[in-house]
Amino acid sequence: MKNRVLMQGNEAVVEGAIKAGMRFFAGYPITPSTEIAEQSAVRLPQVGGHFIQMEDEIGSMAAVIGASAVGTKSMTATSGPGFSLKQENIGYACMTEIPVVIVDVQRSGPSTGLPTSPSQSDVMQARWGTHGDHSIIAISPSSVSECYNLIIRAFNLAEKYRTPVIFLMDEIVGHLREGIEFDDEAEVEIIERKMKQRPDTLHLPYHVCEGDDVPRFHLTGYDIRYNITGLAHGPDGFPTNNNEVAGQLVTRLMKKIENNIDDIVEVEEKFCDDAETVIVCYGGTKRSVMSAVEELRAKGKKVGYFRPITIWPFPEKQLSALPKSVKNIIVAEHNYGQILLEVERVIKDRKIGFVGKVDGTVITPSEIVKAVEEVK
Amino acid sequence: MASELIMKYMREEHLPHIWCPGCGHGILMRDVAQAVKNLGIDQEKVCLVSGIGCASRAAGYMDFQTMHTTHGRAIAFATGVKMARPDLEVIVIAGDGDVAAIGGNHLIHAARRNIGITVIVFNNDIYGMTGGQYSPTTPTGEFGTTAPYGNIDRPFDIAVLAAAAGASYVAKGTAYHAQQTIKLIEDGLRHKGFSLIDCAGICATYYGRKNKKGSAVDMMKYQRDNTITFEQAKTMSREERSGKFILGKLVEDDFPEFSDEYQKIIDRLKEAKK
Amino acid sequence: MAKRLVVDASWCKGCGICAEFCPKKVLKIVKEKVSVVNPNDCIKCGLCELRCPDYAIYLEEVANEE
Repeated sequence: MKNRVLMQGNEAVVEGAIKAGMRFFAGYPITPSTEIAEQSAVRLPQVGGHFIQMEDEIGSMAAVIGASAVGTKSMTATSGPGFSLKQENIGYACMTEIPVVIVDVQRSGPSTGLPTSPSQSDVMQARWGTHGDHSIIAISPSSVSECYNLIIRAFNLAEKYRTPVIFLMDEIVGHLREGIEFDDEAEVEIIERKMKQRPDTLHLPYHVCEGDDVPRFHLTGYDIRYNITGLAHGPDGFPTNNNEVAGQLVTRLMKKIENNIDDIVEVEEKFCDDAETVIVCYGGTKRSVMSAVEELRAKGKKVGYFRPITIWPFPEKQLSALPKSVKNIIVAEHNYGQILLEVERVIKDRKIGFVGKVDGTVITPSEIVKAVEEVK
Repeated sequence: MASELIMKYMREEHLPHIWCPGCGHGILMRDVAQAVKNLGIDQEKVCLVSGIGCASRAAGYMDFQTMHTTHGRAIAFATGVKMARPDLEVIVIAGDGDVAAIGGNHLIHAARRNIGITVIVFNNDIYGMTGGQYSPTTPTGEFGTTAPYGNIDRPFDIAVLAAAAGASYVAKGTAYHAQQTIKLIEDGLRHKGFSLIDCAGICATYYGRKNKKGSAVDMMKYQRDNTITFEQAKTMSREERSGKFILGKLVEDDFPEFSDEYQKIIDRLKEAKK
Repeated sequence: MAKRLVVDASWCKGCGICAEFCPKKVLKIVKEKVSVVNPNDCIKCGLCELRCPDYAIYLEEVANEE
């Protein structure tokens, strides 16, 4: 049934997650993500799923990995300090290739910071928060309807690539209320984990079948008993000290994302075709940028914006492909310059400006307009 | 070749295990296998979760669905497993540092919730894997590499801690008293809610050596000669109790199990929808 | 069913627990491995198997031996 409802970003995440097949949520109260736990507590038992409020953030992360390891699509949600606490177990999910979705509704930091104020300062933590080389996927929504649609994509990518996916929201989008239209019964693509079938590889939980990028799953409780470990392991799932096997594993964990960047990466570009200045932005920041760009276009300024929807892996190919007309790039984000570092790494032949905020206030359209107009 | 029990419930190709000569963990791991066998639990339906440390290596050896997770978090992982799949027999094997120091919070809350998992503690009073540091169960005055002048911490009694947190089944076993410990583990597995069996192990390599307790044999003899019941412990002064091992049940009570209670919510909502 | 005492010396780490607690002194550690020195005294109680940390000694059921 088609519904047009007024909904908060945090609530839309839960509706989308349930649509994607989430049937387990473990969390811990933390501003500004708490509504995700609250809504999960209401909705999950209605669809036969389970919610649990754990004793801490670390336990929540552990519980969702446990539930997913035995076959249930699982999600947790948190904000800044809680995201830091989850990092070790996120690494465990990377190493053991157990799909989970972690929502981080970013707030101002470091430490307790400004708990109710917006920020985008966990971008690098999302990429490198857990120790050791690993790959990760992070997706950043800009609207309530994207919270719904992109969380489905987050689950799909988690299942497809057997990886944790970070749903990198910010307080702007998490607490934003806007009208969204969604259809409970609409057909959307839902990707389920690939299960093992070939009997010859059934006893090797981490064997990758030809043509696959990741090992297939086996459902606990039937026929085969596997070991899962955060230690370096071979295709048999048991710990090894063999350097060659350990090296192959880490390389494969990196490559399964790197080799599929075109499938994983999504960007939004607007007015870039003839633009002289392009603003790079993501998440809630896009909303100010969009109105600034519209205002500037009305004045005849050749301005566009480029928005990574997939933050990690960073869409460097798409950014590099901006038309020759683009002379200036301005990065706008609610931090001291994190995606800026990526843009500077990728773009070598254009002027790069920056509009950042770390005081817990929102970057306004007029601040963007001013930055564009000041470009020489 | 090994015994039928070992062949069936352990991954023979990964044995002999990495534990030191005379390590109590081998005895306790066998106790777990024997208890599962005695109860006739379907091997396919057992999910064994462990954390990090010597004890946690049991996950690699026991032939169940096994998860060797992060330090201290086994009970939290197991909670997710049990919630998602209440049909599974979920067992946690953990060391004293793993379950009572870094994982202490998960222990007390799982006990409070009364979620249906069975925690078996291989308690050797020391961090063995990292080479002999004092743990939350190292008695005051004993030595570890990080307590070179004697431990000034007061130890936890993990069983008493779990009981105070509301665990509905709590018992204590020892490596020496294998037959009785197997029975206590059986009762823990059969118990519907959260159960914990705190099993005194033997670490001759680090704990024994640091504290001049002699060989593994000497430590086993000490266990044999210094084990009392909870009833006896009650009549003894603190001084008399010190250095004693306890064998038996501390708590066996009937409280609603967490995943059952959650299922009732699901059923109630389903009913209301009709 | 009769029982037979089996030793797998390759798994034995020589801790001596089995020998020490054998009620009939059937076992002895010889060159850091368990050895059955008094097989005729064995009463097949299985205590060695219960306490062997390395699963190197156990009782095996065998068809009745006359």
